[in-house]
Amino acid sequence: MNTKNDISADALFARQPRTLTQKLNKACVGIAGAGGLGTVVAENLARAGIGSLVIADYDIVEPSNLNRQRYTIAQLGKPKASTLAENIRSFNPYVDVTALEQKVTAANCAHIFAGCLIVAECFDAAESKAALVSGLRKNLPECIIVAASGLAGTGNGNTITTHKMSDNVYVIGDLKSDADKGLGLLASRVGIAASMQAHTIIRLIIGEQL
Amino acid sequence: MILRINGEEKSFSEEITTVEKLLDVLGIKPQRAAVEINRNIVSPELFEHTRLHDNDRVEIVSFVGGG
Repeated sequence: MNTKNDISADALFARQPRTLTQKLNKACVGIAGAGGLGTVVAENLARAGIGSLVIADYDIVEPSNLNRQRYTIAQLGKPKASTLAENIRSFNPYVDVTALEQKVTAANCAHIFAGCLIVAECFDAAESKAALVSGLRKNLPECIIVAASGLAGTGNGNTITTHKMSDNVYVIGDLKSDADKGLGLLASRVGIAASMQAHTIIRLIIGEQL
Repeated sequence: MILRINGEEKSFSEEITTVEKLLDVLGIKPQRAAVEINRNIVSPELFEHTRLHDNDRVEIVSFVGGG
């Protein structure tokens, strides 16, 4: 396990503006789901120097995950939340990561993500996505949600864009391409959406107009 | 009946009485939708009881699968 003795924060963030790193270091972001979206969103935020992450996922790493989710063969069978936390610490020991191996529901989401400025909705099932957004809007209305919908298949990557749906709700994707319609999920297109989520979150934290 | 849905004015020939009815008319599965009326979130269990009125501002996020 890497520690802060192995790498200084100055060296780690040498290639990005100090003011950006300072702002990100103060922020806490929730990652709801540690799959194809969540592993990439969390990695992007951690590499940029996010202060803390709350990662929640009840699942374990399975062979069919590896075509897009950032885990390894050696990690098969391990719980996703703590494994993603371990992967993050392997390149940035300065992130305060909380890994929760539990199912996120409309009823418990406000409790799980209470300290988070922003939550990235990174689930696979459409029903879980909708339940999380409804639950957070109702029980944690000050929290900003950056969700993803419409990222399956081999469609043009340029059709994945950011939509502001209401106060504090952003949805990234083409809003149409449904994994349930046999389109499949590729690391490249899921990754575009996930990187857009992470980038949107960074821009929100530093106060950019979206 | 006129509703403002996701920023666009939509007129309906029939009366859309509830959120459930609106989602049905729009072909959206209720379990996949998050709905706000006049900036207030509507819990999914209240879709069938929540009434709509002329000129209501409705925001609907209709999710598809994948992640």
